[in-house]
Order: sequence, then structure tokens, then C-alpha cells
Amino acid sequence: MLLRYRGSEGMLAWAFHRISGVAVWAFILLHVLDIWLIGANRELYDEVLKIYASPIGRVGETLLGAALLYHALNGLRIIIMDFWPATTRWHKQLWYANWALFVIIGLPIAIQIMAPAFGFKPPFGTAS
Amino acid sequence: MSAPRIGRTGRARPLSGGLDLALWYLMRLTGLGLFVTALAHYTIMHFIYDPAIQDADWVAARWSSLGWRTLDWMMLTFVTFHAFVGMRTVVHDYTKGGLRTALTMLLYLGAFVLFVLGTIVVVTLKAEIPA
Repeated sequence: MLLRYRGSEGMLAWAFHRISGVAVWAFILLHVLDIWLIGANRELYDEVLKIYASPIGRVGETLLGAALLYHALNGLRIIIMDFWPATTRWHKQLWYANWALFVIIGLPIAIQIMAPAFGFKPPFGTAS
Repeated sequence: MSAPRIGRTGRARPLSGGLDLALWYLMRLTGLGLFVTALAHYTIMHFIYDPAIQDADWVAARWSSLGWRTLDWMMLTFVTFHAFVGMRTVVHDYTKGGLRTALTMLLYLGAFVLFVLGTIVVVTLKAEIPA
């Protein structure tokens, strides 16, 4: 149904952009408040951090990264088409290119973040 | 034929000019700013470092650098603008009349409060030089 309704890829690109945007907005509310806690109540911040670093927190982190990456790539696609209208002709191809980049960039990051939740070391190493 | 309200590109450039046109340009400008700062921020905090080590002391040590404080504050500026103007567009798409006005004002208030809280912590947090 989704793929047939009105603009097919164009509409999906728009819908995902909106959904990911609202999701990232909600996280930004949380994130500015948690960082504000470092000044207001350090102990409470450290407690919040334990939730972020828990297995469920890591799932949330990965989903956040996915929303952020999709929104960033599709946002770039929008800007390109806004200021170089001829590329609008290739808007579907650009959207599929976005998904290719999304997988190539996103997969290693997702594996790196989720590894500790399954008892593995982050495969790409971490700085300390 | 009237232009479609929702195109296959982003929102069409507002023809009305004024505030909406200014916001249209600024959304793209802050979007580019966030493409660099927010993606770099996510990569540093979730790929290069593991979040498990990022306790209050870690953040305070990171903010012993004025450069990081400045970059983080710039990102805060971009993101409060971009996220709340984006939400304004969403609210304006689905509401009208008094509800639209009330929600828009609530968004402006929320953006202001968040920007102030973020600025307070990034400016005033006591830096700790790691031993």
C-alpha cells in the first residue's frame, strides 16, 4: 500500500524524513536535559548513563543513529534537489543511493555499538 | 493547477517570502551544519568511544577544551533551531486555528528553555583536567 500511494519513493522518502525528524527531536529534548544534569546533579547523570550503556540503551542508541543517518542523508538529497533542480529527475536514484550509503555506513556502526550487549568487545576497538 | 503542498523534493520554497522563506533557507543552512557537527558527534561518542565510560567526570575532562565547548555550543544552536522549526512545520501541517497558535508558542518556549539550559551547562560546568 505504502509503495503505491501517491508518490511512491518520493512519498516514502518524505514520510521517513518526517518520522526520523520527530524521533531525533524527542531525543534532543532528553539529551540536552541529561547533559544539563551534569551541572545540576552529577550522581543522577551517572545513573542515567548506566541506562544508556545497558543492552536496551544500546538498542535505542542504534535506532537513534539510524534515524540520524537517514535524516542526514535524505536532508542532503533534499538540499541538492532544491538548489540544483535538474537533479530532481533522478530523485528515486538518489534515494536508493541514500539507502546504499545508509547500509554501508550504518552497519559497522550498529555492530560496534551492539557488540558489548552480547558480551563481545567492540570489533573496531574503542578509545579511552 | 496549484502546486502540490508536498512535493517529491523537500518542502517547496515558500513563495510568500518573509518569515517562512527565511526559515526555509535557515533550515537548509543549519541542516548542513548539523550534517557535519551532529554526525561527527555521534561517531565520536558512539563509535570511537564507548558510551559506558562517558560519566560526568569524562564530560568535564572533555570540556577542559574551549574548542569542544565552542563546537558543542554551535551544535546546540543549530539543533535547537533545526529541530524546533522542523516541529513547527509538522504542527502547521496538521493543526489550525487556536490549537496551532498554542502549540507553536509552546514550541518557541520549549526551544528557548532548552537553549538556555544547554548554554548554562556548556558555559558554567567546571572543567576537570584529567590526572
